[in-house]
Amino acid sequence: MADIEVKALHKRYPDGTVAVDQVDLSIGDGELFVMLGPSGCGKTTTLRAIAGLERQTTGDIRIGDTLVNDQPPAERDIAMVFQFYALYPHLKTRDNLAFPLRAEGLPKAEVRRRVDEVARLMRLGPLLDRRPRQLSGGEQQRVALARALVRRPRAFLMDEPLTNLDAELRADMRTEIKHLQGELGATMVYVTHDQVEAMSLGHRIAILNKGRVEQIGTPLEVYDRPASLFCAAFIGSPPMNLIEVEVADGQLRGQGGLVLTPPPGVPRDRRLVAGVRPEALAVTEAGAERSVPARVVSAEWLGDEIIYVVDHGGQRDVRVRMPPTVRHAAGAAVGLRHTGGTPVVYDVRTEELVA
Amino acid sequence: MAVSVDEAVSTGPARDRTPPGRRLGGRGRSVLEVALLTGLAVVMLFPVLWMIETSIKDNRDVYAIPAKFVGFRVTLEHFRDVFVAPGGGRSALSVAFLNSALVAGASTVLATVLGVPAAWAYSRFAVKAKKDQLFFILSTRFMPPVVVVIPIFLMYRQVGLIDSKIGLILIYAAFNVPFTIWMMKGFVDEVPAEYEDAAMLDGYTRLQAFWRYTLPLLVPGIAATAVFALIFSWNEFVFAIFLTSSDDVRTAPPAIAGLIGGTTTDWGLVAAASVVFALPVLVFAYLVRRHLIAGVTLGAVRR
Repeated sequence: MADIEVKALHKRYPDGTVAVDQVDLSIGDGELFVMLGPSGCGKTTTLRAIAGLERQTTGDIRIGDTLVNDQPPAERDIAMVFQFYALYPHLKTRDNLAFPLRAEGLPKAEVRRRVDEVARLMRLGPLLDRRPRQLSGGEQQRVALARALVRRPRAFLMDEPLTNLDAELRADMRTEIKHLQGELGATMVYVTHDQVEAMSLGHRIAILNKGRVEQIGTPLEVYDRPASLFCAAFIGSPPMNLIEVEVADGQLRGQGGLVLTPPPGVPRDRRLVAGVRPEALAVTEAGAERSVPARVVSAEWLGDEIIYVVDHGGQRDVRVRMPPTVRHAAGAAVGLRHTGGTPVVYDVRTEELVA
Repeated sequence: MAVSVDEAVSTGPARDRTPPGRRLGGRGRSVLEVALLTGLAVVMLFPVLWMIETSIKDNRDVYAIPAKFVGFRVTLEHFRDVFVAPGGGRSALSVAFLNSALVAGASTVLATVLGVPAAWAYSRFAVKAKKDQLFFILSTRFMPPVVVVIPIFLMYRQVGLIDSKIGLILIYAAFNVPFTIWMMKGFVDEVPAEYEDAAMLDGYTRLQAFWRYTLPLLVPGIAATAVFALIFSWNEFVFAIFLTSSDDVRTAPPAIAGLIGGTTTDWGLVAAASVVFALPVLVFAYLVRRHLIAGVTLGAVRR
């Protein structure tokens, strides 16, 4: 296993589109590193550049101690799992697994031993003599994973490997991948647009937007302190409430009358936005202590929780996460109270975290 | 629409999938359909049938008035004449058939060898002005080939390709390459690029990945495309008659056409030669009929 270093990566296509503007990543040995972002943010291009399937316009990629810029994919000693599995349709599972080993020219007995070993690890025994067409989506993805594992590469690259699976299977495979990665101590770069996947899998997450890295941090870091307005709006479901505030009397005051405790070091001379997670707010009875008057716009009953959309006279409606026991009908007059600690604060103009 | 509602009830709505607007009325429609199709089939197939009959008739019966549809003596002497010269030895027609096979085969192979990798490249790589290039390639097929026959003739005379098989092979390949690129690009687009990506990560170069993975998956498409190219080259008449003059080089279409005229026309021989000429194409088309349909309909439905 090896670490991966990406420096000042830039990729511009012949038609002029810039897929990756400026990306710096430093992925540790044995780390499960997730690249998260909306489609077109450059995450897949970055991954393909690491794999060697795309040649970057400028910038350096290092795997272990080797500068791999000019190495073809075959020489980089990495494995990749694709969204569409990319199992060779005319080969049985057994031969699909043996394929990369035969490409390396390993002796037959060694190939058989390694295939059996990985088949046992991934519980593929009964599937070995079937062709991809005869496998379900989940089985195909397990075979694709096994094919990546069988080579014992220096790093694994995963390009949205679970996107085509249904929800239940996706959760199972997520657990399986995380378990395998830990077991093998594998360096893994995992690309996804699904924040749940990113949060549950990643040791660290890089959030990409428009070909740039917006934030790199552990799942908790990116959840608690999104580094920019983009991250704040992207992470969390429902996302963070962004409330325009002014500093007055040592308090942050929103338009709807919501008063928040300011974090230390809040600048006074700029237009500010406070980021408040839905669970840092509470819907109370109308007129309750320390609450501002509000009205329920809508309520999503999710079973284990209720997401209220509340109009409190601010510029935007806010979303509030409440336990299912607190029930208010749409249109009801209620109170809105801030219950969390100090919020994160962003500069409206630069869209960056200021406190 | 009351009629169609009644019908729908009587035939059972679940089984009746014909849209109401297309219904002409149960039995009446099928009789009309059969009648029209029969009429069409007769018109289309009668010349073919007559050709086959003529090819196996005695010369006496060929010229008989009134014409004999049935009850003539069957003979295979016309077919013998196609291949064997009157004094023994190889006939000019059989040489023409060999030339045709060689020219059509070689030009198809050439067009495929050039066109398939080109189609792959256009499908896989970011090429500058890709759409413009592809349009340019297609535009070479906009005009009927006969338009360029005179310039080609003059050029060929300059470079000494006139009356040579190589010349015919080159010109047919030139016409088939654009077609091959366009048709094959559709097939290549259908093969996910991930196969090649995966093979490249597994230790192969891009060319090896194409050769070992994409190419085998393209075989049905290549077969269909090649058959189209083969049929075009086999049937081509205008260039063949303009660019060739000697019996050693001449292909079958102008050679058969050359049988007509002069003082008498041996219709039995013309018919037999035509049957022999039509057979390979029929056999090929039959062998790859499923691919032909796939090739024609491919890309019509978006994934």
